Amino acid sequence: MMAEGAAPPVFAEAEPGRRGSDKAVRAGSPWGRRLLTAFAVCVYIYLFLPLINIVVFTFNSPKGRYNLSWDGFTLDNWLNPFADKELTDAFGRSLQVAVVSITIALVMGSLIAIALARYRFTGSKVTEVFLVLPLTTPEIVLGASLYQLFLGRNVTLGRSTVVIAHVMFCVSFVALTVKARVRGFDWSLEDAAMDLGASPMRTFWKVTFPLILPGIMAAALLSFALSMDDYIITDFTKGEFATFPIQVNNAFRVSFPPQVNVLATIVLVVSVLLLVLSSARRRPGTV
Amino acid sequence: MAADDDSKGLRTSRFAPYGLLSPGVIWLLLFFLVPVAMLLKASLSTKPSRFANPTFDWAWGNYSSAFSQYGGVFVRSFVYAGTATVLAILIGYPLAYWIATRGGRWKNLLIGLVVVPFFTSYLIRTIAWSSILADQNAVVSGLRQVFGEDFRILATPWAVIGGLTYNFMSFMILPIYVSLEKIDFRLTEAAADLGSTTWGAFRKVVLPLSLPGVFAGSLLVFIPAAGDYLNARYLGSPKTTMIGTVVQNKFLVQFDYPQAAALSIVLMVIITAMVLVYSKFLGTEGLAV
Repeated sequence: MMAEGAAPPVFAEAEPGRRGSDKAVRAGSPWGRRLLTAFAVCVYIYLFLPLINIVVFTFNSPKGRYNLSWDGFTLDNWLNPFADKELTDAFGRSLQVAVVSITIALVMGSLIAIALARYRFTGSKVTEVFLVLPLTTPEIVLGASLYQLFLGRNVTLGRSTVVIAHVMFCVSFVALTVKARVRGFDWSLEDAAMDLGASPMRTFWKVTFPLILPGIMAAALLSFALSMDDYIITDFTKGEFATFPIQVNNAFRVSFPPQVNVLATIVLVVSVLLLVLSSARRRPGTV
Repeated sequence: MAADDDSKGLRTSRFAPYGLLSPGVIWLLLFFLVPVAMLLKASLSTKPSRFANPTFDWAWGNYSSAFSQYGGVFVRSFVYAGTATVLAILIGYPLAYWIATRGGRWKNLLIGLVVVPFFTSYLIRTIAWSSILADQNAVVSGLRQVFGEDFRILATPWAVIGGLTYNFMSFMILPIYVSLEKIDFRLTEAAADLGSTTWGAFRKVVLPLSLPGVFAGSLLVFIPAAGDYLNARYLGSPKTTMIGTVVQNKFLVQFDYPQAAALSIVLMVIITAMVLVYSKFLGTEGLAV
């Protein structure tokens, strides 16, 4: 199976000090290279077009209830980002779910990563395959099966079922991301610490934890995005509990207020800042 | 990779790894494996009326109607997802190649930019596309002047495919980039020295070596695209219904659990089969980035 498949190729680091020299690929016609560069620029424009649209429309003052066509410039939306109470409440619920489920998933996922990265044991291959399965299963199947489980057990759908679901899909991501980053660490450092008289607890906090911290940070950022963003699995486990995307969708039948764009822009800016800060702290050559 | 781990204090312990694994693995057993088993059971049940409880009685009819009634929707979903995957390769590969070969010291920033769209909600990005592609939008209304009032982008299959391509594009670019980054590009110099053209060197050296990334990316795009229903909801029309739409509607609106469960299981089996075939041909090592 895809041993470290689905998640990590996406977010795993490219190892530093790569052999690929830039000089070597300078061969080829200058026009070919220019064409490729022009194409790359177009792809970036394409990737950012909806984001630009979202940010620009935070300054729109829509005539109707849908903030989808341009009617004029205003700063009102930024002055009243929390004007839509239901939307703000849903946004708060999303943050709450994200924080709680990421905390649980980070602990459980990191423990799995440590187990897989530093121990040799029967069943480690099976565990790796098992971890990939939730990522190669379509979200709708994950959501539908949780729905069946909760229904069969007469569990009322709501905040806790949403958290359970979010922890479920984050655990694999965390385990695989952290594992990809700690692979190849020199675990004998722990032995060294203990030989020098450190207690196991002290060894963990002073040696192991700092080593895996960058991986955990990357996983946290990723899981945060996954949790805040999730629609499909949440749709099946939410009951009457509306997260931000769910509230946006539910309200779309009657309105699409500019505050949606404002809140989305805030999340975007904060996430990009965190991404920049966390990558600035990392050694060069990592993604 | 496993080989050099051996020298780095990797240890053998009877109980410690299982202790570390158990919380997460138990969570996944309870909330991933058990639910899938329950879904399987539901798919073989019957539910006489909307509010009756489903009873398990080996109702294989749910599966035959999954194919007879919804075969067309399955085909459409896979065609859309497949087209989106191909488009994502055609758009994503050149970008990944450009970053890997021309990025220089900006590589990290350039690849980081690819991830940025992830940080806005997928739903809101899709709604943004619906606003961009709407009939009254400048570009589209210009095209309508040229091609006539019948021309539109929104509510067509191409809008849905475009949305799927866009939303999962980063999943294609990143693994391709990672596999391109592993290539020693001096190989292309060697090929050129031996008389190969630039294109020949690319086709015979770089492309084969980057295929694992292309395949990984294809799965990562195809799987979520095949089960999606938001792009069809916001960018499509009733004619572009995907299997996800049917499953969602049957579960959460019509409460027809057995049929919905059978459809989900069929979707899962087809995708799992694809993943297995894929790993059979490409092995696991190529993917372990």
